Amino acid sequence: MLDKTGIAKRIAQEVRDGYYVNLGIGIPTLVANYIPQGMNVVLQSENGMLGMGPFPFEGEEDPDLINAGKQTITEIPGTVYFDSAMSFGMIRAGKVDLTILGAMEVSENGDIANWKIPGKMVKGMGGAMDLVAAAKNIIVAMQHVNKAGESKLLPACTLPLTGVRCVKKIVTELAVLDVVPGVGFVLLERAPGISVEQIKNATLGKLIIEGEIPEMKIN
Amino acid sequence: MNKVVSGADEAIRDIEDGMTLMLGGFGLCGIPENCIAALVRKGVKNLTCISNNAGVDDFGIGLMLKTRQVKKMISSYVGENAEFERQLLSGELEVELIPQGTLATRCLAAAYGMPAVFVRAGVGTEVAEGKEVRNFDGVDYLLEHAFNAPFSIVKAWKADTHGNLVFRKTTRNFNQPMAMAGKIVIAEVEELVPAGALDPDQIHVPGIYVHRVFKGENYEKRIEQRTVRAKS
Repeated sequence: MLDKTGIAKRIAQEVRDGYYVNLGIGIPTLVANYIPQGMNVVLQSENGMLGMGPFPFEGEEDPDLINAGKQTITEIPGTVYFDSAMSFGMIRAGKVDLTILGAMEVSENGDIANWKIPGKMVKGMGGAMDLVAAAKNIIVAMQHVNKAGESKLLPACTLPLTGVRCVKKIVTELAVLDVVPGVGFVLLERAPGISVEQIKNATLGKLIIEGEIPEMKIN
Repeated sequence: MNKVVSGADEAIRDIEDGMTLMLGGFGLCGIPENCIAALVRKGVKNLTCISNNAGVDDFGIGLMLKTRQVKKMISSYVGENAEFERQLLSGELEVELIPQGTLATRCLAAAYGMPAVFVRAGVGTEVAEGKEVRNFDGVDYLLEHAFNAPFSIVKAWKADTHGNLVFRKTTRNFNQPMAMAGKIVIAEVEELVPAGALDPDQIHVPGIYVHRVFKGENYEKRIEQRTVRAKS
């Protein structure tokens, strides 16, 4: 079974040289730490920045420089700033190669729910709806089951949707799966020490298992 | 052509009860601190605020929530504010949540004189309820209308006396589109210079969009999530 760091490390393997990548809050943010040295990847922060650098050293925080999670960050060579309209313009126009975000539920046709639990406090969708509606490639980083032990990989989402037929791949503590509309969750890899049976038991939506399922390779 | 006013109180002098205001910033980054303080002093009520976020309990728009001056928020993300949550759950406050990119682009539509735009965000979700859907090349889009707000209040880094604006780092956020979207645009800035002192090639918002400008004071620039790394 993977911990959060493991999920981030596995997702980092999906990043390619030359990619522009938008990372959501939580596990996706950790992915930045595991992009291989020498690979040229530019991080987009939807509040208006390309070329997001690491957190500042203590005492060097700049209140005018934050990421979309409102954390203090730094600029790096090649950084560029722009406004929110241009930021979502480039997202909408499909310029961002990969979006990685968390989810509460994903359905077997790629629908995602990650912004609202009716009856509880509603914080808002932020930029999630814009990102999932536009990104060419969306990978979801999440736990396979919720705190109540219920599967988050479902035949259909029960929570209000963020977007429809958009998730391409899911990485959980148990598995890597492709999401193919009309087909289902296609099991690609098992987490170290996890059996296909365990993944079956944790997946409520249609799970496709073809041939031998390899174990993930994580450094 | 001189857009300079004496300060925040003069800049917001004709904002009245029940009006709709656009307020720039992202979280607490680049918010118009002086004008928010002036709105609290003036005590105008029943405001509708179009702003990406609603501040925190004791700063930003949170200050106007505490004094119950806001009737409705139009935002994309309103977490991190307990007073906001209390007023929302008790029915004292209305909230309309819209996707962040749609929020920005509805400002842009107003800025560019377009009545509406088609966007993909929200298709197939509750955001699409009641909206016209149009299919282009096999893809569905929602019709989203330009904002039509009588006032925009933004914070810039520098301005000249013609109202030409320059922003710093990620404070450009919603300040730039909102600075171009309101009927009357108020800009508070850290540095106010004579026309001609800014490099014309480096101006983010041309002064034609901006009506009132003043040098703000005592900027607190509060940080919402202070994240640092250790020196190795």
